[in-house]
Formats: sequence, C-alpha cells, structure tokens
Amino acid sequence: MKITVNGTARETTAPTLDALLQELGYGAAKVATAVNEDFVPAAIRPEQRLNDGDRVEIVAPRQGG
Amino acid sequence: MPKYYDTEIASRLMLGTAQYPSPAILAQAFRRSGAGIATVSVRREAGGERAGQAFWDMIGDLGVHVLPNTAGCHSVREAVTTAQMARELFDTSWIKLEVIGHADTLQPDPFGLVEAARILTDDGFQVFPYCTEDLVLCERLVEAGCRVLMPWGAPIGTGLGLNNIYGLRSLRAHFPDLPLVIDAGLGVPSQAAHAMELGYDAVLLNTAVAKAGDPAAMAEGFASALEAGRLGYEADPMEPRDMAAPSTPVLGRAFS
Repeated sequence: MKITVNGTARETTAPTLDALLQELGYGAAKVATAVNEDFVPAAIRPEQRLNDGDRVEIVAPRQGG
Repeated sequence: MPKYYDTEIASRLMLGTAQYPSPAILAQAFRRSGAGIATVSVRREAGGERAGQAFWDMIGDLGVHVLPNTAGCHSVREAVTTAQMARELFDTSWIKLEVIGHADTLQPDPFGLVEAARILTDDGFQVFPYCTEDLVLCERLVEAGCRVLMPWGAPIGTGLGLNNIYGLRSLRAHFPDLPLVIDAGLGVPSQAAHAMELGYDAVLLNTAVAKAGDPAAMAEGFASALEAGRLGYEADPMEPRDMAAPSTPVLGRAFS
C-alpha cells in the first residue's frame, strides 16, 4: 500500500505502525508518532493498523525556542 | 522565585536551545546564566538518524527543567497532537503552547490558542500559552485553565524589546498573583531588566542569546539584568515627575 511518512510518499507492506517503524530502521529510537494527525502512543503502535493513504508522522526531541 | 503549576524554579530565565553555534556553547550559556528551564521542540526524524536521542542526552546533562513547545503549529489539531507527542517524548505535562496565526509576525492565533489550551488542560497538560498582551485573551486563557501566561514582548526573533508597555503593565495589574513571563522579542539585557521592573516574573530568550557574538556572555548579561531589574521592582521605585527637584539640600547653600 501507499502511505506518506514524514511528508514523503512510500510503499510498504507493514500491517501496523510498529512494523513500519521496524521496517524503516527506527528500532528503539526515542520517537513519538501520529497517524492522520492523531497521536498514537508508543504502547498502541503494535495495534495501530495501517491503511492505504495514511499519513504517518515520526518525530523526536529537537532544539526549540 | 517563580512558581509554575506548583514547581518553583530558582531562576527567572527560561532559555531556548535552538540556533547556537555548537552544543558546547549552548551548555556554556546555560551554565553561566543559571537558566532553570530549557525550551525544546519535536521535529521529524528519519529511521536510523538517532539525532533525537543525542539531543535528549545533552539536555539531560544540563540538569534543568524541560519545557517542550508546539512551535510552528498553525491549527488547533496540529498543536494538540504535537503537545501529545512532546509529552510522551519528554515525559512532562508542561507544554509551551504556540498556535501561530500569521506568517509575517508569528503572532498567536488567539482563537485557536484558547481552544487548544482548553483541550490540553482537560487532557491533563499544564499549559504555558504563548500569547499577546491582550487582556481579554488572557482572561479567556485563565478561564481555560492556564495558570501562567507568556505574552510576547515583540515578534519572535526581532529583538525589538517590549512593544506595548501599557498593555504589559495593565496585564500585571489585572493578574497580580499569576506568573507572567515575557516570551519572545527581547534582544538586549536592558529590555529584560525593564520587564522585571514592570513586575514580570521571568523572561524566555532564545535568539538574543544564541545569535549573539558570544552567547554565553550574553546569557550571563541577561541573568544579571534580571536580577538588577527584579531588585529594582522589589525596592519600590520612586515616582517619576516632570519638574526637577534638587537632591542636595537647599538650606545652608553658600551665597543664599
């Protein structure tokens, strides 16, 4: 299926958000996630099914003002 | 010292973490100023990048409280979701809520700000709203559950100082017991001293320090100005007057 990850379109077969993170090499990285602009807590990622057209955001701590 | 949602902070300086020449200079700026709170953000990360972990470790070494922001969010939904992601990443219920209303001035969208503040407060957040000095907006934010207000001095990154002294002074008078923090627009230490003389509790800086030629020295300069201005406020200053009044005794002057 076709999804968008951090603004970039990509193909994936990952059935869940957790599987997508593994596929993309995040491993145990300190990241937070949202799907279609709704926050998805880390504990929910294994149950968060991905669907065609989903927009996934993966963010991490950064400098800020 | 200021207390934000029952947490007392032993400094009147909040310092941003962006735009420094290097992480070492950032750390020096925190050390020399004694800033008690660091503002941070969340941004997109690629798989395998691990920049977030490195930044998180560096902030941890500073030994300060962390205040995540929702910088760059233009809608209530973006701001709420960003706050939720930040809470999980930084393990804090504090959020510096920014809902930007205009691209030129980066001024807050007051309507979205109140709505987002209400949603986040109901969700257990302790909201630090980046707002204007508009009294009615600030009343709405307090009604929404905010227990600290962070009015701008001037637009973010401009260094113009305190643009509306009257508005800031009347805000202080209307909320005598609420922590008030000047967030954004300061450029030099005298402006921070002025904020203290108006009775403000703290200031938040980033560009003024990070973009100075010597960020660590500027951070220390601001810390000194905050102390000087606060002492001046607490010392109950004289009333200004239009006509001169001699300070040296008139009585006993020679040739009189």
